[in-house]
Amino acid sequence: MDVTPVRTSGTSGTSGGHSAGHGHGHGAPAGGPVPLGIPDPARPGAAVEQRRLGPLARLAPDPVKVVLNWGRRYSLWCFNFGLACCAIEFIAASMAKHDFIRMGVIPFAPGPRQADLMIVSGTVTDKMAPAVKRLYEQMPEPKYVISFGACSNSGGPYWDSYAVTKGVDQIIPVDVYVPGCPPRPEALLQGILKLQEKIAGESLAERYADGPDAAPAAPRVPDAALRRPLVGGPGSGPAAGASGAPRSGADR
Amino acid sequence: MRETTVGIGSGAENVTELGTSDMVLNIGPQHPSTHGVLRLKLVLDGERIVSAEPVVGYMHRGAEKLFEARDYRQIVMLANRHDWLSAFSNELGVVLAVERMLGMEVPERAVWLRTLLAELNRVLNHLMFLGSYPLELGGITPVFYAFEGRETLQHVLEEASGGRMHYMFNRVGGLKEDLPAGWTGRVRAAVAQVRAQMGRIDDLVLGNEIFRGRTAGVGVLAPELVHAYGVSGPIARASGVDFDLRRDEPYLAYGELGDVLRVAVREEGDCLARFECLLEQTHVSLDLADACLDRIAGLAPGPVNLRLPKVLKAPEGHTYAWTENPLGVNGYYLVSRGDKTPWRLKLRSASYNNIQALTELLPGTLVADMVAILGSMFFVVGDIDK
Repeated sequence: MDVTPVRTSGTSGTSGGHSAGHGHGHGAPAGGPVPLGIPDPARPGAAVEQRRLGPLARLAPDPVKVVLNWGRRYSLWCFNFGLACCAIEFIAASMAKHDFIRMGVIPFAPGPRQADLMIVSGTVTDKMAPAVKRLYEQMPEPKYVISFGACSNSGGPYWDSYAVTKGVDQIIPVDVYVPGCPPRPEALLQGILKLQEKIAGESLAERYADGPDAAPAAPRVPDAALRRPLVGGPGSGPAAGASGAPRSGADR
Repeated sequence: MRETTVGIGSGAENVTELGTSDMVLNIGPQHPSTHGVLRLKLVLDGERIVSAEPVVGYMHRGAEKLFEARDYRQIVMLANRHDWLSAFSNELGVVLAVERMLGMEVPERAVWLRTLLAELNRVLNHLMFLGSYPLELGGITPVFYAFEGRETLQHVLEEASGGRMHYMFNRVGGLKEDLPAGWTGRVRAAVAQVRAQMGRIDDLVLGNEIFRGRTAGVGVLAPELVHAYGVSGPIARASGVDFDLRRDEPYLAYGELGDVLRVAVREEGDCLARFECLLEQTHVSLDLADACLDRIAGLAPGPVNLRLPKVLKAPEGHTYAWTENPLGVNGYYLVSRGDKTPWRLKLRSASYNNIQALTELLPGTLVADMVAILGSMFFVVGDIDK
């Protein structure tokens, strides 16, 4: 089970595509409507408004934040994006034998707009991907995603299919990956525990570090860092390292 | 953007002659009542459905094309995933096709074990629908009982194969390995336990007045439509089309189980008949499992598989193997050019044909009935989209 250390948005310095499409263009006009961070139905496909921290969460003292995290952790209203085989194991996990409701996961969210947690269980196809992204964007902040099963982690057994998205993390940020094909219900329970650990330890101010209220972001990593020269063969090892860019080979 | 003018109350009279206007409503691809990612495009006149078009392909994973890039051992693994509720039966079709191409004679013990596992898999599949259908109609309790039964059976199947859903227990030439010691006794106990609790579903669901009110006479599928659309399985049998491959073209050991195998048939063709067919079939499958266990107990110990060459190649030619899957007729058309991968492996899945009948079944019904009809078509979206 793997927990991603940070949310994708803002911290890594990569832009666009991977960061769930949260635009960085415009803030809220003074005295205008309260920004909600959801897409505007009048302008489909347009950049969504920036995610930001409300004044209550921003000004709350630390002990209150602990209590808020504690509450958030044990009342995860869950929206099941059931797609394939894994959805059956998700249902099995919600039934009497495994019963994740005892851990505070409530699978009765009427829709994405009332949910905190989205569990993507099953193969995401290229035809389905826009719907996954759209429903994710409809969820209110703070929101979490569990990718359940090999298909939504990486494409799984359909890794070479022409129709399958190779992992749901290509379109939305994922907090916890649960491996297996399909994973056992117990694996989902552990994934939920991991997510709860993560929520308990997180700070919303850091989570929305790219918002207007945040401190200036860390300096962007230069693009050259991504373009290392080819690693030379065993014979030419030291020579290739000496002639290449400063970062070449040293960190691998 | 298209403009729709609607009116409510007396003002409605001014909008159109009848006070209503047609509305296009998209149900799905992610919608609670479609249990899966089937999308329906409905044209509504008020609450009445004028026309319905199932939009498929949201779960299309390109399995048929991937079959051509996998060898015959690997295909089994992809084949059991298109209909994730009947994995064992899906594997079975592939290995039967390859065995027929190779002219292989499978050991008797393997044949009986396959029959047993196929029937247990059928019970698992039916329990899912017996639970989820009342859930869609508003009754929450039965699904918990159904999953209790599923967990009981999944436990013994997992003990034998290692998988809860995708067993990967079939091999070309037999089964992966022999059963664990004492397993048949535990299966017998599990079957008895599931049979004992089937009565709860009978009483809770079939005896429920609301359930009957929402299903009886709703969504009647005529036998002509069954033939026209190639509908099969319990849905076809609920419309009086008495066709079951287990009896009509016996494969595995079904030929010797004729006295136990009763084919559940109804004449009404409505949602209630489809549910009753499923329920009766579950009872029959439990009986069949017991009969298989009796036979296996009397069989002499022997191998459950054949030694295969390192590189498995089907000879040049083609064959069509079909099986009675829990949801209907599942067929594989295998064309080989003598390579270690098939040249083409066409998959004929049951749900794909079954849901096409929705185009004829839904018009004229109410939106509220659509949920009842959709649930009673017992489909798996992966089986539709492959």
